[in-house]
Amino acid sequence: MSAIYGLYETPQGAQRAFDRLRAEGISTRGITIISSEPHEEWEFASEDRRTVMPWVAVAGAAIGLASAYLLTALTQQSWPINTGGMPIVTNWTNIIIMFELTMLGAVLATVFTLFVTAKLPAKLPKIYDPAVSDGKILVGVADPAGARLSDIERALNAGQPVAVHRMP
Amino acid sequence: MADRLSSDLLRPVFQTSRKYYALVVLLGGIVLCGLGAWGYQVYYGFGVTGYNWPVYWALHETNFVFWIGISHAGTLISAILRLVNATWRRPVTRCAEIITAFALMIGAMFPLIHLGRPWLAFFLIPYPSERGIWPNYRSPLVWDFFAINTYLLASLLFLALPMIPDFALIRDRATGWRKKVYGLLSLGWQGTPKQWHRLESAMHIMALAILPIAVSVHTIVSFDFSMAVVPMWHSTIFGPYFVAGAIFSGIAALIIVMALLRKAFHLEGYLQPLHFENLGKLLLLMSLLWGYFVFNERLTAWYGNSPHEMNVFWSTQTGAYSPLFWTMVLCNFVIPFPLLAIRRLRSVFTAVVASCCVVVGMWLERFLIIVPSLSRKSLPYAWGSYTPEWTEIVIMIASFASMALLYVLVSKVVPLISIWELKAGDQPRLGATASVHETEAAGELR
Repeated sequence: MSAIYGLYETPQGAQRAFDRLRAEGISTRGITIISSEPHEEWEFASEDRRTVMPWVAVAGAAIGLASAYLLTALTQQSWPINTGGMPIVTNWTNIIIMFELTMLGAVLATVFTLFVTAKLPAKLPKIYDPAVSDGKILVGVADPAGARLSDIERALNAGQPVAVHRMP
Repeated sequence: MADRLSSDLLRPVFQTSRKYYALVVLLGGIVLCGLGAWGYQVYYGFGVTGYNWPVYWALHETNFVFWIGISHAGTLISAILRLVNATWRRPVTRCAEIITAFALMIGAMFPLIHLGRPWLAFFLIPYPSERGIWPNYRSPLVWDFFAINTYLLASLLFLALPMIPDFALIRDRATGWRKKVYGLLSLGWQGTPKQWHRLESAMHIMALAILPIAVSVHTIVSFDFSMAVVPMWHSTIFGPYFVAGAIFSGIAALIIVMALLRKAFHLEGYLQPLHFENLGKLLLLMSLLWGYFVFNERLTAWYGNSPHEMNVFWSTQTGAYSPLFWTMVLCNFVIPFPLLAIRRLRSVFTAVVASCCVVVGMWLERFLIIVPSLSRKSLPYAWGSYTPEWTEIVIMIASFASMALLYVLVSKVVPLISIWELKAGDQPRLGATASVHETEAAGELR
């Protein structure tokens, strides 16, 4: 795998390189951005913002609610216990169990969706540089077409990077 | 700036002093004493404790309610501050979330410690068994099981998810075995925009979900008491009263922990007087709310003038438990109020003094809810008294030591302040998605 990337001190530099790469005809999905903090207010970091996570959380909550109702009601019907003259299926008290498992379902579904959509756990990506942890922003292109390497490098240099690296 | 921030906050992870080991040994020794006392109690039975008819709930239950209350420091406060986007929250949230996780674990131990045969605790777990014993879903203790475990699991996830980027940061800086361990813990985190967005979305949804869970947990803990027809327990005010008390004691614990961390790890630049002042204001608000609830509870009981309730009422106002009651009022209201309300008196030191008073006061409040009501039940022939024995006291001290020990140990594993959140707080706020034209303006903002 070959790749070329630049490391930038500031989001402004990363944004400039990102814009120039797109001007060179590289699609947004073809540009790799890696940073040690979120930059959601910048255009280069604003792709892929549509997520089904809230809906999955609601579905998880519904599953939790249904499971809790079945757990409590079926248990109480299967092993009827008379407690102080209360009904066998005691919905008033079961609401507490249903509430807890509903919320648990929402939380677990959220975490599950995070792992699936953020592709975690994963191996380290094709392009990565530990300098990202020092606050640098990595902007790069994986598997660039050989003939365009110089164009890409020029685009990356437009953002005044700290360094531009080629892999391998 | 970012590099200095990382170096400062990662220093405790990479550097260990002799004082650290000495502290671990000291705290570990106290925890071992507590385990020994528990073993002694299990071996010889509850006769070695001060528990006696009619007071079968006392110090262990006090500690249970107290620690569950302390657990409200973290996740609840962190979730509220996250949802209202309070920017000053960034250095505070992880300290708070760690308190929640450990306080819940410690609190959840006390029902087990209270069991004569703790190895039968699994009876509470709902699964079909040949014994034909299923949990009775009408029992508040089973509600506790579900509520505490839901809160614990949700809090652990709420704490762990934002740690992933920080683990990645340590992975990139560490060498040897540490690099491998943090490589696993970081789950291959890269830091792509998509990952950041998903993480922030998940944290937002979880913050929304955790708020009602946190409120429900302490409400359900209050149901352990208010569902019983015991004088001064059977009250509709107990749910909100317990929740307010829990947040009150939780904020106090958070201020104390933050002050200790600030001193021990030289985090003065990150945990600033502003954070203590803001948390102090919250503490003041909760002190007023606590006073309001106590007044409501006491006035209603006094006005109702039910003989059963008045026996308990007077035992706390002028009787055997009155010194504890008035100390509680002093600690929860009389001392903290001026310290936190008068601007000139506000400082990190006074916030810590007020918080220490509140922690003591709230522990006394838990004790006063439980013991006087049980020792003055409806019929005078069922009256009794309670004096704790050394086993309970040692176990209680060990619970405080275990909180400190867990905190000290975790400081070696994770940065106690979320580095990426702090870095994100340093960014210029542009208000809308920035394009190339706005980058110049952003440069000026910086």
